[in-house]
Amino acid sequence: MVQKLDYLKETPSQTAGPYVHIGLAPGAAGFDIYQQELGWDIAGPNAKGERIRVEGIVIDATGSPVKDVMLEAWQANSEGVYAHPESPGEVEEGFRGWGRVITDFETGEWGFDTIKPGPVAARAAMGGEVRPAADEELQDAYGRGHAGLRQMAPHINLWIVARGINIGLNTRIYFEDEAEANAEDPVMNLIEWERRRKTLIATRTLRDGLPVYRFDIKLQGEDETVFFDI
Amino acid sequence: MTTPAEFYERDRAWHPPAQTPIYKTSVTRSPQYALLSLQQSVSEITGPTFGHTDIDPLDRDLIHNYAKDGGSAIGERIILHGRVLDENARPIPNTLVEIWQANAGGRYRHKKDTYLAPIDPNFGGCGRTLTDENGHYYFRTVKPGAYPWRNYVNSWRPAHIHMSIFGTAFCQRLITQCYFEGDPLIERCPIVNTIPDMAAQGQLVAALDMNATIPLDTIAYKFDIVLRGRRSTMFENRLDGN
Ligand SMILES: [Fe+2]
Repeated sequence: MVQKLDYLKETPSQTAGPYVHIGLAPGAAGFDIYQQELGWDIAGPNAKGERIRVEGIVIDATGSPVKDVMLEAWQANSEGVYAHPESPGEVEEGFRGWGRVITDFETGEWGFDTIKPGPVAARAAMGGEVRPAADEELQDAYGRGHAGLRQMAPHINLWIVARGINIGLNTRIYFEDEAEANAEDPVMNLIEWERRRKTLIATRTLRDGLPVYRFDIKLQGEDETVFFDI
Repeated sequence: MTTPAEFYERDRAWHPPAQTPIYKTSVTRSPQYALLSLQQSVSEITGPTFGHTDIDPLDRDLIHNYAKDGGSAIGERIILHGRVLDENARPIPNTLVEIWQANAGGRYRHKKDTYLAPIDPNFGGCGRTLTDENGHYYFRTVKPGAYPWRNYVNSWRPAHIHMSIFGTAFCQRLITQCYFEGDPLIERCPIVNTIPDMAAQGQLVAALDMNATIPLDTIAYKFDIVLRGRRSTMFENRLDGN
């Protein structure tokens, strides 16, 4: 016999099902219940940086749009700071960096407005790699500094749930106009198959002067999006 | 002095795999390539935070949060409560828990639900709350009804409440479903059976909790939720570039 480790097991995931909107976006389900829904304003009015829109569609193995998806976005501000105590630095008042969006029931299109994030430190905030902050360096909640480490290209982290998705899918949106940073990005470079890297790069166009990034997600089949186990 | 480091790797064998033919919709919505394993960066170990200004105290009372003045939802009155913990068995305070469910007849208030059971005019079907300083949460609601769904011709979902939980990091984000002790539909449910391990399935079944029941008023069920835990750094580790 041997002593028992007293760790708990993570609660297993289950699909969000077809009615995820009732709980997480009730306005879209067709009723008005909460005074305020969460996640519709990612950047807030005071955020610095470039205002952008991100749009896309989620496509299944048959090539059809998936019309009952919910996506959540998590991103840093234009200076690469997350609204979280373990990200060194400060964000603008009202910047949350988190958003939630559902697809249109008819077309499957989704989209959100935000600001373009800045590059953030790579593999940072882990005890092994983060040292006590030097004088005048930005610190996280534990007095650790992250500067001097390699940077990751600007990106938005995405989490995707829907009916038929048994456990939420994680991916990242990178930006077409950051080719140089993308080429250096340590996560991008982990993708062994170079032709799959482009599944993470949103294409940029201008609409009435507003930069619009297109990011279509393929759940399965040709050009399947790269999903991460984080 | 210990400081938190990365989160424990997710035990993918404990969760349902992406493709589970018994749950037919998963077949065309499941990635076929292996997930790319990432060592966590600040992007994964941070996540959104919520406060009391985001929600209203009534949001956790589904019997009343959509009821007309003086009314209340129809059905078996229940308390659903428990704690949100991490894998180290530490409570996670101030984290957002959101739920949604069918009414007592098994009908959702959703424009895409056409089941013939009636809508309850006093029941919306969603709630949300923050855990307290000890990681505890509770909701008051009615027990949802079973409902039919299109998988096999005769597939019925066991009574269940959908739950969404945040934790402190984006890598802890979780959506799951809570079932109720003693329901014979649980073992027949293709969605429950996407989870290969029976002990893992059991982790999704709330226990009847007579101690938390309010006599002559409301029956209670207890449902603890465990999110991923994280390592502590007790020693200086080597710097390893990636
Ligand atoms: Fe359901």
